[in-house]
Amino acid sequence: MSDPAKEYWKANIRLVTILLVIWFAVSYLFGIILVEPLNAIRIGGAGLGFWFAQQGSIYTFLVLIFVYAIRMNALDRKFGVHED
Amino acid sequence: MELQTLIYLFVGGTFALYIGIAIWARAATTGEFYVAGKGVHPIANGMATAADWMSAASFISMAGLIAFSGYDASVYLMGWTGGYVLLAMLLAPYLRKFGKFTVPEFIGERYYSQTARLVAVLCLIVASVTYVIGQMKGVGVAFGRFLEVEFEVGVLIGMAIVFIYAVLGGMKGITYTQIAQYCVLIFAYTVPAIFISLQLTGTPIPQLGLVSTMADSNTFMLDKLDQVVTDLGFSKYTEQKGTSLNMVLLTLSLMIGTAGLPHVIIRFFTVPKVRDARFSAGWALVFIAILYTTAPAVGSMARLNLVETVQTGPVGQPEANLVYENRPEWMATWETTGLLAFEDKNDDGRIQYYNDNNPEFAAMAEEQWGWKGNEMTKVDRDIMVLANPEIANLPNWVIALVAAGGLAAALSTAAGLLLAISSSISHDLLKGVFMPNISERNELMAGRIAMAGAIVVAGYLGMNPPGFAAQVVALAFGLAASSIFPALMMGIFNKKMNNVGAVAGMLTGLTSTVVYIFIYKGWFFIPGTNNLPNTSEYWLFGIQPESFGAVGAVINFAVAIAISKVTQAPPEHIQHLVEDIRVPKGAGTASAH
Repeated sequence: MSDPAKEYWKANIRLVTILLVIWFAVSYLFGIILVEPLNAIRIGGAGLGFWFAQQGSIYTFLVLIFVYAIRMNALDRKFGVHED
Repeated sequence: MELQTLIYLFVGGTFALYIGIAIWARAATTGEFYVAGKGVHPIANGMATAADWMSAASFISMAGLIAFSGYDASVYLMGWTGGYVLLAMLLAPYLRKFGKFTVPEFIGERYYSQTARLVAVLCLIVASVTYVIGQMKGVGVAFGRFLEVEFEVGVLIGMAIVFIYAVLGGMKGITYTQIAQYCVLIFAYTVPAIFISLQLTGTPIPQLGLVSTMADSNTFMLDKLDQVVTDLGFSKYTEQKGTSLNMVLLTLSLMIGTAGLPHVIIRFFTVPKVRDARFSAGWALVFIAILYTTAPAVGSMARLNLVETVQTGPVGQPEANLVYENRPEWMATWETTGLLAFEDKNDDGRIQYYNDNNPEFAAMAEEQWGWKGNEMTKVDRDIMVLANPEIANLPNWVIALVAAGGLAAALSTAAGLLLAISSSISHDLLKGVFMPNISERNELMAGRIAMAGAIVVAGYLGMNPPGFAAQVVALAFGLAASSIFPALMMGIFNKKMNNVGAVAGMLTGLTSTVVYIFIYKGWFFIPGTNNLPNTSEYWLFGIQPESFGAVGAVINFAVAIAISKVTQAPPEHIQHLVEDIRVPKGAGTASAH
């Protein structure tokens, strides 16, 4: 693999790692493991942990995918590996 | 207008639309048949993916599951959406760059092994067939209830409709039909939800209604729900009942299972570019999230409505329980289907609905109020969404709309699954293994014949479902999670992964998951053949069989990596192939070898 391609792959892995840490935090951590303590904080009629499990995690997933798509398309151009 | 006339009108109208689209979008080449010529716009593909993914289970069953399990049902909400994050970041763009037609084709080429390809075909067919049985059954149930025809006739009508547009149009026809089906199903799901949220909380947006106060008081809707269910001896709606370990593992199994399901993955082969594949996963989740974030509101509000219909005043006052003779029309209608049943155990002519499995509460209720057991002896979870508009007294056209929506959800998923099955038969088995020199014309014909055959098999199994139909869904996700997902991911992210490692990983992941499920649920789900009782004290580390797919995936990764370290590295040209799929540059618009 040529050097820019290597750098591109490294940047890609870094980005995906950060996004997957957030993915883990909002679902497994906030929605399941820490649900009890978080429920002490209320968001309207629901505990925060309950809200993350049934609403918040899904909204976060959406943001994560679009951030990934936009950042990756920028990386494609930066390293000159974009299509056409 | 009469309800039955409206239903015929709505269902007939949507079916005419689907067939019209099919005739307009006929497939002329194998490229169009397998991947819609790779010319589908990412937003359109996102919508089609959403319809493909959201089955009769999402549309009909999920809200009912939430209504009765409360917080614990969160695993399905997170599990069936979080998989798209993995799909978008770890698989979709790379598989699109690879630019072929099927999932086994990637596995076969990446691991330079026909064995690997055949193992993948096997996993794909088992996972997809188990899934499609449920869809066909859903079609039969929906037709049976709404068109008042026999269950078998319902399945036959469904088969005929899918036959016309899937055989004729292939992926191209399916994609454009699914877009129409998405619009029908999402409209049908959200309209009753908006009405019910308005009635209960005064908020037209169900997602806000979930966390709002009741329209007639300052009590929050969820607090009120917790109160009314605990008053009847049930556990709190918002409280956790299962163990955290099982919730984590089940969520993870569903997420990686979602990302590994072939009929979802092939949808990303249809977009023109790699960057479209990334965005398309995002759009798919947008369209899925509209339903999945509405479902918790539908579930909680349906539970509240149900309890308050039966328990009209303070618990314990005799006149606070619904008089059976005065029960609303919808209860009588659903009683005739057998999905709802009452039994007046204490002969007072009134219905008592409470948790008689709670010994303390049951004893207290008997002593103080003379209650002799829960009298709503059966309430099938699946009726919650279908009966919801009737429970909330919504106009007839909303009920007709829900009927058309449920059918759209079942048909769109069935078509996607049938395409995945037929393409792996005609492309992977026939062209890939048995007749490599087959002409494109004949391969297209073979694809259509395989599709027709798959529809007949699916219809037959839908009419004669094996006794284990409900349990096989766990198996489908377990298979996809423990075999397909790890093989695909390592194929992209581990350049040194070789054929021996990948095949050994797939087989051990697959076997360990299947064996674990069979030990507790019976071999091939035959009752009585289980080796251990399916209860928590016998589970390994307390892990329930449904959650084991994630463990199977870990075993797959570990075995594959260990074996690849001690066996020969993949040949040079395979390592170049991996380097090539990692960069978007040079992705062709279409490729047929």
